[in-house]
Amino acid sequence: MSRLRRYPMAVVGGLILGAVILAAAGAPLLSPADPIKPSFGKRLQPPRVLGGAPPYLLGTDNLGRDILARLLYGGRVSLALATSAVVLAAAVGVAVGLAAGVLGGRVDDLVMRVADVQLAFPVIMLAIAIVAVVGTSPGALVSVLALSGWVLYARTVRASVLTIRQLDYVEAARTLGASDLRVIIHHILPNTLAPILVIGSSQFATMVLLESGLSFLGLGVQPPQPSWGAMLAEGRDYLSNAWWLATVPGMAISLVVLGANLLGDGLRDLLDPRLRQ
Amino acid sequence: MRSYLLRRLGQAALTLAGVSLLVFVILRVIPGDPAKMLLPEGAPQSAVDALNRELGLREPIWVQYGIFLRSVIRGDFGQSFQYRAPALRVVAERAPATIQLALVAMLLTVLVGVSIGVLAAVRRGTGYDYAGTVLAVLGQSLPNFWLGIMLILLFGVTLRWLPTSGFQGWSYLVLPSVTLAAFPTALVARLTRSSLLEILGQEYIRTGRAKGLGEPAVIWGHALRNAMIPLLTVIGLQIGTLLGGAVITESIFAWPGMGKLVVDAIFFRDFPVVQTVLIISATIFVVINLLIDVLYTVLDPRIRYG
Repeated sequence: MSRLRRYPMAVVGGLILGAVILAAAGAPLLSPADPIKPSFGKRLQPPRVLGGAPPYLLGTDNLGRDILARLLYGGRVSLALATSAVVLAAAVGVAVGLAAGVLGGRVDDLVMRVADVQLAFPVIMLAIAIVAVVGTSPGALVSVLALSGWVLYARTVRASVLTIRQLDYVEAARTLGASDLRVIIHHILPNTLAPILVIGSSQFATMVLLESGLSFLGLGVQPPQPSWGAMLAEGRDYLSNAWWLATVPGMAISLVVLGANLLGDGLRDLLDPRLRQ
Repeated sequence: MRSYLLRRLGQAALTLAGVSLLVFVILRVIPGDPAKMLLPEGAPQSAVDALNRELGLREPIWVQYGIFLRSVIRGDFGQSFQYRAPALRVVAERAPATIQLALVAMLLTVLVGVSIGVLAAVRRGTGYDYAGTVLAVLGQSLPNFWLGIMLILLFGVTLRWLPTSGFQGWSYLVLPSVTLAAFPTALVARLTRSSLLEILGQEYIRTGRAKGLGEPAVIWGHALRNAMIPLLTVIGLQIGTLLGGAVITESIFAWPGMGKLVVDAIFFRDFPVVQTVLIISATIFVVINLLIDVLYTVLDPRIRYG
């Protein structure tokens, strides 16, 4: 705990992220309003701080839906998609990286070339092309997001395997008769855990951005299901008379991304002994 | 040196082959029957079969890939369904607007990013440093589509200082290029700061100071030159960020470039245009990063034999 105090940014990032996740998870408790059902009599109400009438804390959108409710339920979707994508990307990336590092040779060459190919495409361009073909179901979106993220883990794990394999204690374990699998599980994986954690928390930010970007373009979460990116896109048409429509969801995205970035940076400082002062 | 360049060239060629294979798999193998998309609706089955044979779609899949690869190398990317013109020509007409936007954004990224980074490193621990860090963290956290819309709200809708849509002159470049540059600028600023700080702690910097070099000569002449090497890699990788960011930025500002084109093409299911944009942007990325690797060998002789 005392070590954590030396990294206040990581704590702040973690708190921001935790608060947003809690709020999204508790959406039905925090906002009883329906995020999907329109009520045309109550269109474009301003937020309470701008003189709007209760019960709409953050006002209503162009179809008279409660913005707070849409924000919370939309957050659930965005955060769930991003989390699943990070987990899937990490699982695939770690497996592929281990295979490349341990098996070496042709497998290694193949994996690294595939990674080069993947990185040659702008992430969002590849994502929209694939989404256009496979559709926008949650499973498809998670796969597309994960596809953009596995390379980082694979490269990192592969590099650690190559370094760790040379170390004396791994040699010793092997001499004592430990199998490849045992060496991987007991000696190599624990050593790659720290970088994976750092990559994962920074990548969570990237995934939230990418998912909202897709939804913003109309190629992500589909209406009437609320999502931050789509709310922003809808709000774009009302900039002159209801600017909060586009402002509020953007603030939510920025907050999550900021939290995840701060946490990722802090974790890197905390876990990377070379950077520790 | 020669063998390093040859190996690097081979690697780039292999990557581009992989790029074509991936695009082929995504856009040619999965989405159903291209002949049906090319022909008018309700065309007789015999016409569909004939076109399929003509396009080679009855051949085994690897033969099809061969045909695809050959025509792409010849510059034949197929006909755009939407514009009824060669896809390559459609994309080429839109490319200059994107290149112009990306170049201005790149210029902003390097100028502003390196300046903030140098200032933060040289004045470490002062207000400049903290302000730079805050700016960099914000730049990396604000989604570019939101930043763009907020800039439109402030400078377009409220203040009415700048145009927010289309491309009819230099003033139209301001908001899109700032939007596009924000993220890479933040990254470059952070990286400049950290790699400059690392280098300022090195022995040869102390030697430089000890022999009486002025601070500007130390920073610009010695430290920054060495900090340029990791920086160049990251700047090279930002080409991808800029081309990807252009997709969203161009959609926000109705910028008539490749990014907006590809989004429109997706909604129109105009796959020949989509595949052309994908292949061209991947090629730009691979070629520029190849050039940067070659530039390294000029900047840092140690890499030549690596």
